[in-house]
Amino acid sequence: MEFFFQLALNGVVVGSIYALVALGFVIIYKSSGVLNFAQGEFLLLGGYVFWALVENHAPWPYAAALTILFSIVLGLALERLILRPMIGEPIISVIMVTLGLSSVLRAIVLGIWGTDTRPYPELFSSQPIMVGPVPISQGYLFSMVISAALLLAFTLFFRYSRVGIAMRATAFSQEVAQSMGISVRSIFAISWSIAAVVSALGGILLGALRGGVDGSLSVLGLKALPVVILGGLDSIAGAIVGGLVIGILENLSGGYLDPLMGGGVKEVAPFVVLVLILMVKPYGLFGKIKIERV
Amino acid sequence: MRCGDFRTSYQSDMAVFDSDLSRWLLAAFFVALLAFPSVATSYWLDVATRVGIATIAALGLNLLTGFTGQISLGNAAFLSVGAYTTAWLSNKGVPFIAVMYLSGLVSALVGMVFGIPSLRLKGLYLAIATLAAHFIIAFVVTHWDAVTGGVNGTSVEPARIGSFVFDSDLRLYYIVLAAATFHLWFAKNLFRTRMGKAFIAVRDHDISAEVMGVNVFKYKLYAFAISSFFVGVAGSLLAYQARIISPENFPLSVAIDQLGMIIIGGLGSVLGSIFGAAFITLLPELLRIGTSALSGQLPTLVQIFAALKLGVFGLTIVLFLIFEPDGMAARWHRIKAYWKLYPFSY
Repeated sequence: MEFFFQLALNGVVVGSIYALVALGFVIIYKSSGVLNFAQGEFLLLGGYVFWALVENHAPWPYAAALTILFSIVLGLALERLILRPMIGEPIISVIMVTLGLSSVLRAIVLGIWGTDTRPYPELFSSQPIMVGPVPISQGYLFSMVISAALLLAFTLFFRYSRVGIAMRATAFSQEVAQSMGISVRSIFAISWSIAAVVSALGGILLGALRGGVDGSLSVLGLKALPVVILGGLDSIAGAIVGGLVIGILENLSGGYLDPLMGGGVKEVAPFVVLVLILMVKPYGLFGKIKIERV
Repeated sequence: MRCGDFRTSYQSDMAVFDSDLSRWLLAAFFVALLAFPSVATSYWLDVATRVGIATIAALGLNLLTGFTGQISLGNAAFLSVGAYTTAWLSNKGVPFIAVMYLSGLVSALVGMVFGIPSLRLKGLYLAIATLAAHFIIAFVVTHWDAVTGGVNGTSVEPARIGSFVFDSDLRLYYIVLAAATFHLWFAKNLFRTRMGKAFIAVRDHDISAEVMGVNVFKYKLYAFAISSFFVGVAGSLLAYQARIISPENFPLSVAIDQLGMIIIGGLGSVLGSIFGAAFITLLPELLRIGTSALSGQLPTLVQIFAALKLGVFGLTIVLFLIFEPDGMAARWHRIKAYWKLYPFSY
């Protein structure tokens, strides 16, 4: 039973980070209808920029703040330079442009920092805290709290702040939003910035959990796809629930099935779930249902 | 310069060659390809063979994505299905031509299975479903040790017809040339038939296609089948060329490369598939030549070559999408149109 709890707990921690990455997907998709396949590279870039700053003796809160700033600028620049010319182009072009972007960002990281794992400084003491019968490391607890706080903050942001409401209005109908005096362009730009920021924070948290960053972080961007499909591509609540479910499922299936099937189950299980969801309920648990019969 | 080229019948409008000149030019190009091995080093012969294989695969993807409008990210996986089928059958002693087409058929069946979600899904959702197909097939490939050899991979017997063994670069080049020519001819003619036109109708507007009497789901499945068949044949040739195949030959980036080929070449263009395949295959080679030429002045270039290759690839796709979204085929037609009316074009 303890094995079960340990796996489930790992799942919740990883799942909360998936939820952050998924939030990035959802924010961009909701406002502009673009699915950003470069989300994993935002994660990677955030993790490396934070590492580089800490390495140059920045105290880590400042380093985190600077990484956030960097991500905001990155999001704005990419939206302006690459995504805006793509408005009105077919879906395949938009998918391809984000895939091309992901290659470029990965190449930048690879060119500057190479392929070695870059170790993070120890941010948390390694002494575990007991939660009931299960020991849990402080890093896990901390990253869970941070993710939860961020997810809560964004939920409130979308519900109460002016910009958040404007973003929801844009998601509902771009034309109506425009006629109500909302600048749809700046909403797109803001959504890219937010997506870059949440992903970068996810990258930092993952780096802190794993004790370092390397190129494999970018895979997380693809792993968030089952999350957003399960939760619904345009639902923030869906991103949170989906993230936790996929995180737990991945760890449980990995823990129990890997010995039977010889490894790798953890990586493929979310995608099996993904196909099943797409067959049964393509718009996810909380997504807006657009029925179109052909 | 050609003028007075008016079409007076549907038949002339449907013709593959719009004039005798283009027929002769194509024949000349084909002769040049036949003569290519006599001037090429074995390295460039290998590159040319890879271009040929990539052309078949890109053509397959273009049939599905460019002509039928169904986005697929699962091509690397379908390629691996073709390659592993070839490995398995060739080690059983099945003759070459049969192996190639059986590989295509197996790949087509797998493609159809993963095409079933296209009944309900389009666009983004279909792209994600095919991405999932990639990961699931890759998982099966790495775990089905009895057939695929697992992570260690498996070896492939060289192709043979009767007692003639295709074991040199030169012989392989001619096989690939023949296969690429045949499949290009097939695809070019496919779009003069009802099925090809139905594909295009599904892409342009699925509801209108249904109204006009095209069974959308049936033709989507056909598109998946034919596309995966082409990709499976390409995978088979790839296996014959590589001789040892392992899961590392088929990462997701292969599927992205192939999407890049059809984007850069031109979506919905047979000619574009050739252009794109040649461009994406030659890009790293040209980059390699460029970096080794500059390695005297900039020695760091060689160290970051992998990054450079990836970055240039991504940047090319992004720039093409922004500045030339219809690809090289459209540019080609524009250049041709310019020269057609040369002194009098405005």
